[in-house]
Amino acid sequence: MTAWQRFLETFFKPEMLAQYWPSIAHGVLVTLEIASAVVLTGLSFGLLLAGLRAYRLVPLNIAIVVFVDVFRSLPPLVAILIIYFGLPGVGINLPSFVVLWLVLSLVLTAFAEEIFWAGIISTPKGQWEAARSTGLGFSETLLFVVLPQAVRLGVPPLTNRTIAITKNTALGTVIGVGEILNQATAAQSFSGNATPLMMGAIAYILLFLPVVAVGRWIETRFQWRRA
Amino acid sequence: MAILTVSGLRKSFGANEVLRGIELSVAERELVFIIGPSGSGKSTLLRCLNRLEEPTAGSVTFDGREVTARATSLNRLRRSMGMVFQSFNLYPHMTALDNVTLALRRVLKKSRAEADALGLAALNGVGLAGKASSYPNELSGGQQQRVAIARALALDPRIVLFDEPTSALDPELVGSVLSVMRDLKARGMTMLVVSHELRFAREAADRVVFMDAGRIVEEGAPETIFSAPRELRTKAFVAQLIR
Repeated sequence: MTAWQRFLETFFKPEMLAQYWPSIAHGVLVTLEIASAVVLTGLSFGLLLAGLRAYRLVPLNIAIVVFVDVFRSLPPLVAILIIYFGLPGVGINLPSFVVLWLVLSLVLTAFAEEIFWAGIISTPKGQWEAARSTGLGFSETLLFVVLPQAVRLGVPPLTNRTIAITKNTALGTVIGVGEILNQATAAQSFSGNATPLMMGAIAYILLFLPVVAVGRWIETRFQWRRA
Repeated sequence: MAILTVSGLRKSFGANEVLRGIELSVAERELVFIIGPSGSGKSTLLRCLNRLEEPTAGSVTFDGREVTARATSLNRLRRSMGMVFQSFNLYPHMTALDNVTLALRRVLKKSRAEADALGLAALNGVGLAGKASSYPNELSGGQQQRVAIARALALDPRIVLFDEPTSALDPELVGSVLSVMRDLKARGMTMLVVSHELRFAREAADRVVFMDAGRIVEEGAPETIFSAPRELRTKAFVAQLIR
């Protein structure tokens, strides 16, 4: 057996591909579901919190900043383990995929809030003044003038952050969420062959490469036309 | 009949008193020019009138209403007091037309069609109906400032406050903005203008007010202020402007 054959046997064994593609495909579906749920909740709550922060209500803002800083510094895996293995002790049993969704959503919310907030405060004061001087109220100005600009400013950093956090769906494997990595490691240990892991890797790339591409497209699309 | 009366107006930023008791009244259809060295409080005065800055003391009466009273609806007041800024402050994510119609749609709750009709009329009034679907970044500075004027006019204000409307413009673009302001004056709009456009002041202003160090030093007809000012400070400032 040549080295090349041995390499193929280890990472791309045809029988393995045939046997395990259904479970990897199932993993892709689960990853896709959780990732889209995380993106949806994380980005909308991030925007909501940033918007609320603009009202500068001191107690609320302290709460938001504490939340954001905690979830930006806590490794998601730690939060996942604490919630999944800790909460049953106080009688709360959450399904593993709910725990994964919840933690990743909170983390994305925290990062997205900071990014949207940076967008809000870098929107020039003159924008507020122009809108207010035409009789728009604070909330209307925030909603129609400032947030659209803040969101555009936030798109490039958000794209990167969103990809980084959705990739963390792989952490679900430690609490038994049947996503890609979980299916792949299970298959690997049954078969003693690395092919399923390679399939998982390829599945991740196939899944996230389009997301990266879409992110790039949004970045250019969302910049308002320049002269 | 005075449409705007300012009395005893003071404004401090911390220990720094920027306005030290301003008395001013503007009659309907009058164009009043405010000149003065930078830091004299001209812009702050303008911004106190629609309460973009909160006055520290004194009163502003506009169209029979006390501007600084708690019961005054600030957003309603601001609709009848247009404001034009030095830096235009157009919304970069909206077309010229949407810039003009935002308040019509969101504040006056007009339908899209009705707002667009009013907005196009306002853009037409500043000679920019053809640029309705352009974004601010596609317009020259002079065009942007005219869109900003249209945005203020679309709400059918009783007065328009101009805060150095031509200071950020290249010299060759100033004329187009001044000509829009000249039209406005001809149509009888009441205007309060902070600017250093001497020639325009001479031909269009009814009155020129000279401010220095937070006070009104002198006011009068343009010829008087520019050619025969009473006060030394006015004389020195005007001499600098002319040179």
